[in-house]
Amino acid sequence: MIYNNPFSTLAEIVSPLAMQGFLIMMIVLVILGTLVDIMHKKNVKYFFENAKKAKKSATRELRSGEKASIIAKTVIYDIGTTSELGAGKRRVAHLLGMYGTILFWIASAVMVFCYSSPSTNTPSVWPIIWHAGAIMTVLGGCWFWFFLRVDVYSEAQPWYRVIKADLFVLALIATSLFGLIWSYLQSLNLNDRWDDKVFLVLYIVSNLVLFGGVYWSKFAHMFYKPGAAIQKNLAEADGSRDNLPPPADKPEQFGLGIKREAPKHY
Amino acid sequence: MSTFVYMTRCDGCGHCVDICPSDIMHIDETIRRAKNIEPNFCWECYACVKACPNHAIDVRGYADFAPMGHSVRVRREEEKGTISWKIKFRNGKEKNFVSPITTKPWGKFIPKLAEGDKPNQDEINSQTLYNEPEGLNTKKELPTISKDSFKKGVYY
Repeated sequence: MIYNNPFSTLAEIVSPLAMQGFLIMMIVLVILGTLVDIMHKKNVKYFFENAKKAKKSATRELRSGEKASIIAKTVIYDIGTTSELGAGKRRVAHLLGMYGTILFWIASAVMVFCYSSPSTNTPSVWPIIWHAGAIMTVLGGCWFWFFLRVDVYSEAQPWYRVIKADLFVLALIATSLFGLIWSYLQSLNLNDRWDDKVFLVLYIVSNLVLFGGVYWSKFAHMFYKPGAAIQKNLAEADGSRDNLPPPADKPEQFGLGIKREAPKHY
Repeated sequence: MSTFVYMTRCDGCGHCVDICPSDIMHIDETIRRAKNIEPNFCWECYACVKACPNHAIDVRGYADFAPMGHSVRVRREEEKGTISWKIKFRNGKEKNFVSPITTKPWGKFIPKLAEGDKPNQDEINSQTLYNEPEGLNTKKELPTISKDSFKKGVYY
Protein backbone atom coordinates (compact mmCIF):
# COMPACT_ATOMS: atom_id res chain seq x y z
CA MET A 1 0.00 0.00 0.00
CA ILE A 2 2.64 2.53 0.98
CA TYR A 3 4.52 2.11 -2.32
CA ASN A 4 1.38 2.79 -4.40
CA ASN A 5 0.51 6.20 -5.73
CA PRO A 6 -3.27 6.35 -5.13
CA PHE A 7 -3.66 9.19 -7.63
CA SER A 8 -2.22 7.22 -10.57
CA THR A 9 -4.73 4.42 -9.91
CA LEU A 10 -7.48 7.03 -9.62
CA ALA A 11 -6.39 8.40 -13.02
CA GLU A 12 -8.00 5.34 -14.62
CA ILE A 13 -11.43 6.82 -13.84
CA VAL A 14 -10.70 10.55 -13.25
CA SER A 15 -8.56 12.61 -15.60
CA PRO A 16 -5.29 14.02 -14.16
CA LEU A 17 -6.43 17.48 -15.26
CA ALA A 18 -9.52 17.21 -13.03
CA MET A 19 -7.31 16.23 -10.08
CA GLN A 20 -4.94 19.13 -10.75
CA GLY A 21 -7.92 21.49 -11.09
CA PHE A 22 -9.27 20.27 -7.72
CA LEU A 23 -5.91 20.90 -6.05
CA ILE A 24 -5.68 24.41 -7.53
CA MET A 25 -9.24 25.04 -6.35
CA MET A 26 -8.19 24.07 -2.81
CA ILE A 27 -5.29 26.56 -2.92
CA VAL A 28 -7.65 29.29 -4.18
CA LEU A 29 -10.10 28.47 -1.37
CA VAL A 30 -7.33 28.86 1.24
CA ILE A 31 -6.24 32.22 -0.20
CA LEU A 32 -9.83 33.50 -0.41
CA GLY A 33 -10.71 32.26 3.09
CA THR A 34 -7.61 33.87 4.60
CA LEU A 35 -8.25 37.19 2.82
CA VAL A 36 -11.88 37.29 4.00
CA ASP A 37 -10.72 36.40 7.51
CA ILE A 38 -8.15 39.23 7.43
CA MET A 39 -10.75 41.72 6.19
CA HIS A 40 -13.33 40.64 8.74
CA LYS A 41 -11.09 40.51 11.82
CA LYS A 42 -8.81 43.38 10.75
CA ASN A 43 -6.06 41.46 12.52
CA VAL A 44 -3.34 42.25 10.00
CA LYS A 45 -4.19 45.97 10.20
CA TYR A 46 -3.96 45.78 14.01
CA PHE A 47 -0.72 43.82 13.76
CA PHE A 48 1.03 46.41 11.60
CA GLU A 49 -0.31 49.36 13.62
CA ASN A 50 0.96 47.69 16.76
CA ALA A 51 4.36 47.03 15.16
CA LYS A 52 4.56 50.70 14.14
CA LYS A 53 3.73 51.78 17.70
CA ALA A 54 6.33 49.39 19.08
CA LYS A 55 8.97 50.85 16.77
CA LYS A 56 8.51 54.24 18.45
CA SER A 57 9.51 52.83 21.82
CA ALA A 58 12.52 50.96 20.40
CA THR A 59 15.77 51.70 22.20
CA ARG A 60 18.01 50.72 19.29
CA GLU A 61 17.80 50.51 15.53
CA LEU A 62 18.27 47.03 14.07
CA ARG A 63 20.50 46.72 11.01
CA SER A 64 19.13 44.71 8.10
CA GLY A 65 21.69 41.91 8.67
CA GLU A 66 20.62 41.65 12.31
CA LYS A 67 16.96 41.59 11.28
CA ALA A 68 17.63 38.85 8.74
CA SER A 69 19.48 36.74 11.32
CA ILE A 70 16.62 37.17 13.87
CA ILE A 71 14.05 36.21 11.24
CA ALA A 72 16.12 33.17 10.18
CA LYS A 73 16.56 32.10 13.80
CA THR A 74 12.82 32.53 14.44
CA VAL A 75 11.91 30.48 11.37
CA ILE A 76 14.29 27.65 12.29
CA TYR A 77 13.82 27.56 16.05
CA ASP A 78 10.51 29.20 17.01
CA ILE A 79 8.47 28.18 13.97
CA GLY A 80 10.31 25.02 12.89
CA THR A 81 10.24 23.49 16.35
CA THR A 82 7.15 25.35 17.71
CA SER A 83 9.24 26.41 20.70
CA GLU A 84 6.37 28.58 21.96
CA LEU A 85 4.67 25.43 23.25
CA GLY A 86 7.57 24.67 25.60
CA ALA A 87 8.77 21.15 26.27
CA GLY A 88 6.14 18.47 26.59
CA LYS A 89 3.37 16.49 24.99
CA ARG A 90 1.61 19.45 23.35
CA ARG A 91 4.74 20.33 21.43
CA VAL A 92 5.39 16.74 20.27
CA ALA A 93 1.77 16.34 19.15
CA HIS A 94 1.91 19.69 17.34
CA LEU A 95 5.19 18.80 15.60
CA LEU A 96 3.78 15.44 14.49
CA GLY A 97 0.68 17.13 13.08
CA MET A 98 2.57 20.04 11.53
CA TYR A 99 5.30 18.06 9.74
CA GLY A 100 2.87 15.27 8.89
CA THR A 101 0.56 17.76 7.20
CA ILE A 102 3.39 19.48 5.34
CA LEU A 103 4.72 16.13 4.04
CA PHE A 104 1.21 14.95 3.13
CA TRP A 105 0.41 18.12 1.17
CA ILE A 106 3.77 18.32 -0.62
CA ALA A 107 3.60 14.63 -1.63
CA SER A 108 -0.02 15.08 -2.76
CA ALA A 109 0.92 18.06 -4.95
CA VAL A 110 3.94 16.28 -6.45
CA MET A 111 2.02 13.07 -7.18
CA VAL A 112 -1.01 14.91 -8.63
CA PHE A 113 1.03 17.22 -10.86
CA CYS A 114 3.89 14.92 -11.88
CA TYR A 115 2.81 11.31 -11.52
CA SER A 116 -0.98 11.19 -11.89
CA SER A 117 -1.08 9.54 -15.30
CA PRO A 118 -1.55 5.73 -15.23
CA SER A 119 1.34 5.33 -17.69
CA THR A 120 4.00 7.07 -15.52
CA ASN A 121 5.99 5.31 -12.84
CA THR A 122 5.99 7.07 -9.49
CA PRO A 123 9.30 6.95 -7.56
CA SER A 124 8.46 4.99 -4.42
CA VAL A 125 9.68 7.82 -2.17
CA TRP A 126 6.61 9.99 -2.86
CA PRO A 127 3.92 7.45 -1.90
CA ILE A 128 5.99 6.64 1.22
CA ILE A 129 6.13 10.36 2.16
CA TRP A 130 2.38 10.71 1.47
CA HIS A 131 1.47 7.76 3.70
CA ALA A 132 3.98 8.65 6.43
CA GLY A 133 2.71 12.25 6.46
CA ALA A 134 -0.89 11.08 6.75
CA ILE A 135 -0.05 8.69 9.59
CA MET A 136 1.87 11.42 11.46
CA THR A 137 -1.05 13.83 11.05
CA VAL A 138 -3.57 11.29 12.32
CA LEU A 139 -1.36 10.41 15.30
CA GLY A 140 -0.59 14.02 16.26
CA GLY A 141 -4.15 15.19 15.63
CA CYS A 142 -5.80 12.36 17.60
CA TRP A 143 -3.33 12.70 20.47
CA PHE A 144 -4.18 16.39 20.65
CA TRP A 145 -7.93 15.98 20.20
CA PHE A 146 -8.45 13.12 22.62
CA PHE A 147 -5.95 13.99 25.34
CA LEU A 148 -4.35 17.43 25.08
CA ARG A 149 -7.14 19.88 24.24
CA VAL A 150 -6.93 22.52 26.90
CA ASP A 151 -10.70 22.85 27.30
CA VAL A 152 -10.75 19.14 28.20
CA TYR A 153 -7.45 19.09 30.11
CA SER A 154 -7.87 22.31 32.12
CA GLU A 155 -11.57 23.09 31.96
CA ALA A 156 -12.92 19.59 32.63
CA GLN A 157 -15.06 19.56 29.50
CA PRO A 158 -15.91 16.05 28.23
CA TRP A 159 -13.69 14.75 25.39
CA TYR A 160 -16.68 14.31 23.06
CA ARG A 161 -17.71 17.98 23.23
CA VAL A 162 -17.13 19.41 19.74
CA ILE A 163 -16.82 23.18 19.29
CA LYS A 164 -16.07 25.46 16.36
CA ALA A 165 -12.38 25.51 17.29
CA ASP A 166 -12.29 21.76 16.53
CA LEU A 167 -13.22 22.26 12.88
CA PHE A 168 -9.60 22.57 11.77
CA VAL A 169 -8.13 19.66 13.69
CA LEU A 170 -11.05 17.32 12.97
CA ALA A 171 -11.03 18.17 9.25
CA LEU A 172 -7.27 17.61 9.21
CA ILE A 173 -7.57 14.21 10.91
CA ALA A 174 -10.50 13.24 8.66
CA THR A 175 -8.61 14.18 5.47
CA SER A 176 -5.55 12.13 6.40
CA LEU A 177 -7.50 9.20 7.82
CA PHE A 178 -9.92 8.92 4.88
CA GLY A 179 -6.97 9.30 2.50
CA LEU A 180 -5.17 6.42 4.20
CA ILE A 181 -8.26 4.16 4.22
CA TRP A 182 -8.97 4.99 0.57
CA SER A 183 -5.39 4.16 -0.39
CA TYR A 184 -5.52 0.88 1.58
CA LEU A 185 -8.80 -0.24 0.01
CA GLN A 186 -7.55 0.75 -3.42
CA SER A 187 -4.44 -1.40 -2.93
CA LEU A 188 -6.64 -4.48 -2.24
CA ASN A 189 -7.84 -4.56 -5.88
CA LEU A 190 -11.50 -5.01 -4.99
CA ASN A 191 -12.57 -4.95 -8.62
CA ASP A 192 -15.01 -2.04 -8.65
CA ARG A 193 -16.48 -2.76 -5.26
CA TRP A 194 -18.08 0.20 -3.47
CA ASP A 195 -15.66 0.48 -0.48
CA ASP A 196 -12.81 2.53 -1.91
CA LYS A 197 -15.22 4.83 -3.76
CA VAL A 198 -17.04 5.67 -0.54
CA PHE A 199 -13.75 6.59 1.12
CA LEU A 200 -12.68 8.54 -1.95
CA VAL A 201 -15.86 10.60 -1.63
CA LEU A 202 -15.23 11.07 2.11
CA TYR A 203 -11.63 12.11 1.32
CA ILE A 204 -12.90 14.71 -1.19
CA VAL A 205 -15.57 16.03 1.20
CA SER A 206 -13.11 16.34 4.11
CA ASN A 207 -10.71 18.22 1.82
CA LEU A 208 -13.52 20.60 0.87
CA VAL A 209 -14.34 21.16 4.55
CA LEU A 210 -10.69 21.67 5.50
CA PHE A 211 -9.78 24.09 2.71
CA GLY A 212 -13.22 25.63 2.21
CA GLY A 213 -13.69 26.26 5.93
CA VAL A 214 -10.65 28.51 6.40
CA TYR A 215 -12.82 31.50 7.33
CA TRP A 216 -14.59 29.56 10.11
CA SER A 217 -11.71 27.42 11.32
CA LYS A 218 -8.26 27.89 12.84
CA PHE A 219 -6.58 27.10 9.51
CA ALA A 220 -5.14 30.62 9.10
CA HIS A 221 -3.18 30.35 12.37
CA MET A 222 -0.54 28.65 10.21
CA PHE A 223 0.10 32.05 8.62
CA TYR A 224 -0.55 34.36 11.59
CA LYS A 225 1.54 32.55 14.21
CA PRO A 226 4.86 32.72 12.30
CA GLY A 227 4.27 36.45 11.68
CA ALA A 228 3.59 37.07 15.35
CA ALA A 229 6.69 35.06 16.38
CA ILE A 230 8.92 37.13 14.07
CA GLN A 231 7.45 40.40 15.36
CA LYS A 232 7.90 39.27 18.98
CA ASN A 233 11.59 38.45 18.51
CA LEU A 234 12.27 41.66 16.57
CA ALA A 235 10.59 43.66 19.37
CA GLU A 236 12.73 41.85 21.96
CA ALA A 237 15.89 42.68 20.01
CA ASP A 238 15.14 46.36 19.35
CA GLY A 239 14.31 47.01 23.02
CA SER A 240 10.63 47.87 22.55
CA ARG A 241 9.66 44.39 23.88
CA ASP A 242 5.92 45.08 23.40
CA ASN A 243 6.14 47.17 26.60
CA LEU A 244 7.36 44.19 28.63
CA PRO A 245 9.93 44.92 31.34
CA PRO A 246 13.50 43.88 30.52
CA PRO A 247 14.82 40.64 32.02
CA ALA A 248 15.68 41.19 35.70
CA ASP A 249 19.31 41.91 36.44
CA LYS A 250 19.58 38.97 38.86
CA PRO A 251 21.46 35.66 38.76
CA GLU A 252 19.62 32.42 38.15
CA GLN A 253 19.42 30.92 41.60
CA PHE A 254 16.50 28.50 41.72
CA GLY A 255 17.02 26.46 38.56
CA LEU A 256 14.53 23.92 37.39
CA GLY A 257 13.21 23.28 40.89
CA ILE A 258 11.01 26.34 40.58
CA LYS A 259 9.28 25.22 37.38
CA ARG A 260 5.53 25.68 37.27
CA GLU A 261 3.12 22.78 37.51
CA ALA A 262 1.08 21.56 34.54
CA PRO A 263 -2.42 23.12 34.40
CA LYS A 264 -4.44 20.07 35.37
CA HIS A 265 -6.02 20.84 38.70
CA TYR A 266 -9.58 20.03 37.77
CA MET B 1 -7.82 46.71 36.43
CA SER B 2 -9.19 43.60 34.78
CA THR B 3 -7.17 41.36 32.50
CA PHE B 4 -7.32 40.71 28.77
CA VAL B 5 -5.41 38.41 26.42
CA TYR B 6 -3.31 39.19 23.38
CA MET B 7 -4.53 36.53 20.98
CA THR B 8 -1.37 36.54 18.86
CA ARG B 9 0.74 35.66 21.90
CA CYS B 10 -1.57 33.14 23.55
CA ASP B 11 -1.00 29.51 22.64
CA GLY B 12 -3.94 28.15 24.63
CA CYS B 13 -1.81 26.29 27.21
CA GLY B 14 -4.43 26.66 29.97
CA HIS B 15 -2.20 27.97 32.79
CA CYS B 16 -4.47 31.00 33.30
CA VAL B 17 -7.60 28.83 33.16
CA ASP B 18 -6.09 26.63 35.83
CA ILE B 19 -4.96 29.38 38.17
CA CYS B 20 -7.82 31.92 38.00
CA PRO B 21 -9.48 32.03 41.46
CA SER B 22 -12.57 33.65 40.00
CA ASP B 23 -12.89 31.04 37.23
CA ILE B 24 -13.31 33.69 34.56
CA MET B 25 -10.38 32.73 32.34
CA HIS B 26 -11.74 30.32 29.77
CA ILE B 27 -10.92 28.93 26.36
CA ASP B 28 -12.49 30.63 23.39
CA GLU B 29 -14.76 28.27 21.48
CA THR B 30 -13.76 29.55 18.06
CA ILE B 31 -10.01 29.98 18.23
CA ARG B 32 -9.08 27.96 21.32
CA ARG B 33 -7.16 30.78 22.96
CA ALA B 34 -7.71 32.05 26.50
CA LYS B 35 -10.10 34.91 27.20
CA ASN B 36 -11.48 36.72 30.21
CA ILE B 37 -15.18 35.92 29.97
CA GLU B 38 -16.30 38.41 32.62
CA PRO B 39 -13.93 41.32 33.37
CA ASN B 40 -16.42 42.68 35.94
CA PHE B 41 -15.76 39.66 38.10
CA CYS B 42 -11.97 39.93 37.90
CA TRP B 43 -10.44 40.02 41.39
CA GLU B 44 -7.42 41.82 39.96
CA CYS B 45 -5.13 39.31 41.64
CA TYR B 46 -3.03 39.13 38.43
CA ALA B 47 -2.37 35.43 39.01
CA CYS B 48 -3.04 34.80 35.32
CA VAL B 49 -0.80 37.69 34.24
CA LYS B 50 2.05 36.22 36.25
CA ALA B 51 1.38 32.60 35.30
CA CYS B 52 1.22 33.14 31.53
CA PRO B 53 4.40 31.64 30.03
CA ASN B 54 3.98 33.69 26.84
CA HIS B 55 3.36 37.11 28.42
CA ALA B 56 0.05 37.13 26.58
CA ILE B 57 -2.06 38.64 29.37
CA ASP B 58 -2.15 42.31 30.14
CA VAL B 59 -4.26 44.48 32.41
CA ARG B 60 -6.56 47.25 31.33
CA GLY B 61 -7.13 50.16 33.70
CA TYR B 62 -10.56 51.60 34.31
CA ALA B 63 -11.25 54.48 31.93
CA ASP B 64 -11.90 57.03 34.70
CA PHE B 65 -8.37 57.03 36.10
CA ALA B 66 -6.36 55.32 33.38
CA PRO B 67 -7.52 56.51 29.99
CA MET B 68 -6.34 54.75 26.85
CA GLY B 69 -2.67 54.61 26.04
CA HIS B 70 -1.24 53.19 29.26
CA SER B 71 0.22 49.73 29.72
CA VAL B 72 0.94 47.42 32.66
CA ARG B 73 3.06 44.42 31.80
CA VAL B 74 4.85 41.74 33.74
CA ARG B 75 7.75 39.34 33.17
CA ARG B 76 8.07 36.39 35.49
CA GLU B 77 11.44 34.63 35.55
CA GLU B 78 11.22 31.40 37.49
CA GLU B 79 14.90 30.50 37.37
CA LYS B 80 15.82 33.86 38.89
CA GLY B 81 12.85 33.87 41.25
CA THR B 82 11.92 37.40 40.13
CA ILE B 83 8.88 39.15 38.86
CA SER B 84 9.30 42.45 37.01
CA TRP B 85 6.58 45.00 36.31
CA LYS B 86 6.66 47.81 33.81
CA ILE B 87 4.05 50.52 34.18
CA LYS B 88 3.78 52.92 31.28
CA PHE B 89 1.66 56.00 31.81
CA ARG B 90 -0.30 57.75 29.14
CA ASN B 91 2.17 60.64 29.05
CA GLY B 92 5.05 58.24 28.33
CA LYS B 93 6.37 58.14 31.91
CA GLU B 94 7.62 54.70 32.90
CA LYS B 95 8.04 52.92 36.22
CA ASN B 96 9.87 49.61 36.60
CA PHE B 97 9.71 47.30 39.60
CA VAL B 98 11.46 44.01 40.33
CA SER B 99 10.30 41.83 43.24
CA PRO B 100 11.20 38.34 44.42
CA ILE B 101 8.62 35.62 43.73
CA THR B 102 9.98 33.71 46.68
CA THR B 103 13.20 33.66 48.64
CA LYS B 104 13.30 29.89 49.00
CA PRO B 105 13.27 27.13 46.38
CA TRP B 106 9.73 25.97 45.71
CA GLY B 107 8.52 22.63 46.93
CA LYS B 108 10.89 22.54 49.93
CA PHE B 109 8.69 24.07 52.62
CA ILE B 110 5.30 22.55 52.04
CA PRO B 111 3.32 22.26 55.30
CA LYS B 112 2.47 18.59 55.83
CA LEU B 113 -1.11 19.14 56.96
CA ALA B 114 -2.10 15.50 56.67
CA GLU B 115 0.51 14.58 59.26
CA GLY B 116 -0.67 17.22 61.77
CA ASP B 117 -3.05 16.65 64.68
CA LYS B 118 -6.73 16.53 63.85
CA PRO B 119 -8.57 19.55 65.27
CA ASN B 120 -10.99 18.91 68.13
CA GLN B 121 -14.52 20.33 68.18
CA ASP B 122 -13.52 23.38 70.27
CA GLU B 123 -10.84 24.29 67.74
CA ILE B 124 -13.30 23.84 64.89
CA ASN B 125 -15.79 26.17 66.60
CA SER B 126 -13.10 28.70 67.44
CA GLN B 127 -12.75 31.98 65.55
CA THR B 128 -9.04 31.39 65.00
CA LEU B 129 -7.82 29.71 61.83
CA TYR B 130 -5.57 26.67 61.54
CA ASN B 131 -2.17 27.23 63.10
CA GLU B 132 -3.19 30.53 64.72
CA PRO B 133 -1.79 32.25 66.69
CA GLU B 134 1.52 30.22 66.47
CA GLY B 135 1.62 30.50 62.69
CA LEU B 136 1.56 34.27 62.98
CA ASN B 137 4.74 34.11 65.05
CA THR B 138 3.02 35.43 68.14
CA LYS B 139 2.27 33.68 71.37
CA LYS B 140 -0.17 36.34 72.47
CA GLU B 141 -3.89 36.33 71.79
CA LEU B 142 -4.89 37.87 68.48
CA PRO B 143 -5.59 41.62 68.74
CA THR B 144 -9.20 42.72 68.86
CA ILE B 145 -10.74 46.13 68.29
CA SER B 146 -13.26 47.43 70.75
CA LYS B 147 -16.49 48.49 69.07
CA ASP B 148 -16.44 51.67 71.19
CA SER B 149 -13.44 52.84 69.21
CA PHE B 150 -15.32 52.80 65.90
CA LYS B 151 -16.20 56.11 64.33
CA LYS B 152 -19.61 57.53 64.98
CA GLY B 153 -22.00 56.84 62.16
CA VAL B 154 -20.57 53.41 61.29
CA TYR B 155 -22.94 50.71 62.50
CA TYR B 156 -22.23 47.00 62.83
